[in-house]
Amino acid sequence: MAKKESKEDFQNLLDILNRFQEIELEDVEMEIGDLELWLQPGVTAPEIFPKALKVAPSLKAKPTAILQADFIPPVEEYPGQITEVTLGATKSQGGTRGKSITIGGEKSPAFYLFETPPPNPPIISLDVFDMTIPLAKPVKTHFKEVLEDPVAWAKLAVDKYGADMITLHLISIDPLLKDTSPNEAAKTVEAVLQAVDVPLIIGGCGDPKKDLEVFEKVAEIGAGERFMLSSVTQDMDIERTCAVAKKYGHVVLSFTPMDLNQARQLNRQLYDFLPKEQIVMDTTTAALGYGLDYAFTIMERARLSALMGDPELQHPLSSGTTNAWAAREAWKKMAPEWGPREFRGPIWETVTALTLLLAGVDLFMMMHPAAVKTLRDTIKELMSGKSGNTEKIVGWVTANI
Amino acid sequence: MSEREIKKTSIREISPIDVYMLLPKTNCKECGEEACMAFAAKLVNREVTLEQCLPLLKKEHEKVYKQLWEMLKPPIREVTIGPKEHSIKVGGKYVMYRHEFTYTNPTAVAIDVTDEMSDEELLDRVNKTQQFNYEYIGTTLKLNMIAVRSTSNDPEKFKVAVKKVLENTTLPLILCSFDSKVLKAGLMVASKARPLLYAATKENWKDMAELALMYNCPLAVFAPNNLKLLRSLSKTLTEYGVKDLVLDPGTLSGEGLGDMISNFTMIRRAATKKGDELLGFPLIGTPITAWIENADAPVEVAEWNEAYLAAILINRYADILILHSTEGWVLLPNVILRENIYTDPRKPVAVEPGLRTLGTPGESSPVMFTTNFALTFYTVASDIESAGIDSYLLVVDSEGIAVDCAVAGRKLTADKVAEAIKEAKMEEKVKHRKLIIPGKAARLSGEIEEASGWEIMVGPRDSSDIPKFLQEKWGKP
Repeated sequence: MAKKESKEDFQNLLDILNRFQEIELEDVEMEIGDLELWLQPGVTAPEIFPKALKVAPSLKAKPTAILQADFIPPVEEYPGQITEVTLGATKSQGGTRGKSITIGGEKSPAFYLFETPPPNPPIISLDVFDMTIPLAKPVKTHFKEVLEDPVAWAKLAVDKYGADMITLHLISIDPLLKDTSPNEAAKTVEAVLQAVDVPLIIGGCGDPKKDLEVFEKVAEIGAGERFMLSSVTQDMDIERTCAVAKKYGHVVLSFTPMDLNQARQLNRQLYDFLPKEQIVMDTTTAALGYGLDYAFTIMERARLSALMGDPELQHPLSSGTTNAWAAREAWKKMAPEWGPREFRGPIWETVTALTLLLAGVDLFMMMHPAAVKTLRDTIKELMSGKSGNTEKIVGWVTANI
Repeated sequence: MSEREIKKTSIREISPIDVYMLLPKTNCKECGEEACMAFAAKLVNREVTLEQCLPLLKKEHEKVYKQLWEMLKPPIREVTIGPKEHSIKVGGKYVMYRHEFTYTNPTAVAIDVTDEMSDEELLDRVNKTQQFNYEYIGTTLKLNMIAVRSTSNDPEKFKVAVKKVLENTTLPLILCSFDSKVLKAGLMVASKARPLLYAATKENWKDMAELALMYNCPLAVFAPNNLKLLRSLSKTLTEYGVKDLVLDPGTLSGEGLGDMISNFTMIRRAATKKGDELLGFPLIGTPITAWIENADAPVEVAEWNEAYLAAILINRYADILILHSTEGWVLLPNVILRENIYTDPRKPVAVEPGLRTLGTPGESSPVMFTTNFALTFYTVASDIESAGIDSYLLVVDSEGIAVDCAVAGRKLTADKVAEAIKEAKMEEKVKHRKLIIPGKAARLSGEIEEASGWEIMVGPRDSSDIPKFLQEKWGKP
């Protein structure tokens, strides 16, 4: 094995990945024509493996040549489809964003590319906070100049780290923190709207009353911008929250704590006031090692049920993937054999993100630039429609590494 | 229904009645169950094995035994690798999605060595693999196998390397070469070790099949990105008499990632949902190929890509993985991910709420609380215990959810905390009225103070800082 790099190099993980894994940042939108190439037309679900194909214990002589067998992709049809939700609005759509982004629309489980590939790529939104908060050191390194300035933070996230969207967490409105007024919060939102032209997610502080007060003001300031308001929860005044979204043309994030029935119930309540196209859902993300199995399974079940026709779960899924940093293995200094946290942290967020990508998440709220880059590259590769080249790997057994 | 109450569902809709009808129906209780019906119910849930029914093993029941075995066998064959006393089982999966039942036999992780490595490097890698361990919710996470690759293609060198590995570890082996002469040389010194032979291809399949039969070894089949060939080889080898196969559709990255995910997914679906027996075998992934795809980049790039490829494959049905890196940051997220994905979703990850005494607390000892999510509880308790702090720890019922999520989701409320204090009769146990709450529940401090009448001290956000916190803030009462 090659020699270990010096400690300084760990700081430069992102540089290393950037230099050696060049994938240009391009527009995330994709032409339908790109996809057609690898759709497999005409593959409907035939009776796939008739009993005759099953292996019976053979009394025949040993084969002397390869016995040919067929492979028919086990394609299924799903009665349900995920609703498409558009975030952000351009001038012609009534907002000021450089582009809008559509998520959802899936007709198959996550990346069952042999069936129907997802019509829209999953999207990454970078977290920005409106006041200094405790951040894990490996994350802080990348944002240290902007921690007290949400506007500069948002610009950095878009310009340097290629964020598709920004999640502006208005945590200073928390009555237990700074108790910033709705007007003050709206000013911050306005400034960020001026500074970047990507669609915005507006995050509250978790206080059901205060969040609503702030959403009311912010939604008005950003009328027509098609924000995603993060989030609406069961203990909020749902009618009032929906009224705000409806009046000013925003999307809401329906947030529930790892329970499918509660997710259905909240969505049902929302349907009384909002069309499906204005609802994204979040069933809670837990970190790798700290409940990711639950988060994964709830999302996978939500997605499969939706495709099987459950009308109350047919929404794009959003994940607060930054929660990966709650795992102490992500941020703590550990014994040397576990490697530097500058690597452990971002790989923790990456593995959490990839796991949920495979469960069906459409929108990732993330933090670490290296994790963001890896997820973005992975999505791009999965959406490329290209076929694998086996040339390099066929000889892996004898390769000198 | 909350997630913790997922009902046990039978696999492929086998009803306990169907099983019961075939059982001897003696109600002999030799299996430890009260009646055959109870045994049948447990069989369907895979909580007992057929062999525990002693009457069934008698000659006269041979036919029904086979019938039941067929009925209950997993759609993915369970393959045993390694010598009897140190073997590992792979595959044996009943379902495609973990929520449908539970995944059996966690992905076995192998680290590679080659027959051209120096003794020192080879032994170092073997030892690292063998000694790897991480304590996680009361379980020790480990690595499982050694893959010996012949990079020399020299039978003699391979034989020496295999012998060296066998002398230094009891971990099961994967012997890797596409040259049957090389593998045969390795098998000569590992004839009792039942290694996994890697791999049969469209060129060498016949020689490999002979080796597998001669040494009674499981055999991997390699047909990169070609499922028709993979299925043909599976058919051929099965007809040849090799029962224990492991399938490798190729581990691709970059632009091949989509194909790789599709291949693994299609194979598992064909086997579990469509009953395709030719694809009903364990799957092997080789994230080690990331090192070849990134041969010109710094070592960290290969490690990084290997780490996330492994994670993708753990999620998408790999039963065995061969990795090259022995770096902790590459392996740790993957063994933890494996543990997460392979936990039984039918079992709660909650502990009983209530009072725990850590050490021998007295009337002026600190009182803290945490939630009843198992991982949170064990982490907090072990941090306090390992620091040797005598204290009371109240476990508040958050329905098995961690502190931050429970606060956000209102599963952890001030009233619940106040109730827990009362129920545990804390006011009789300590003289002070100070409650230390988790840093992540800070937003509840005012409400808890009001509901309980206790003074609230907001503790650290991570329990590893509790000892320091107590030293600074608790002091001498």
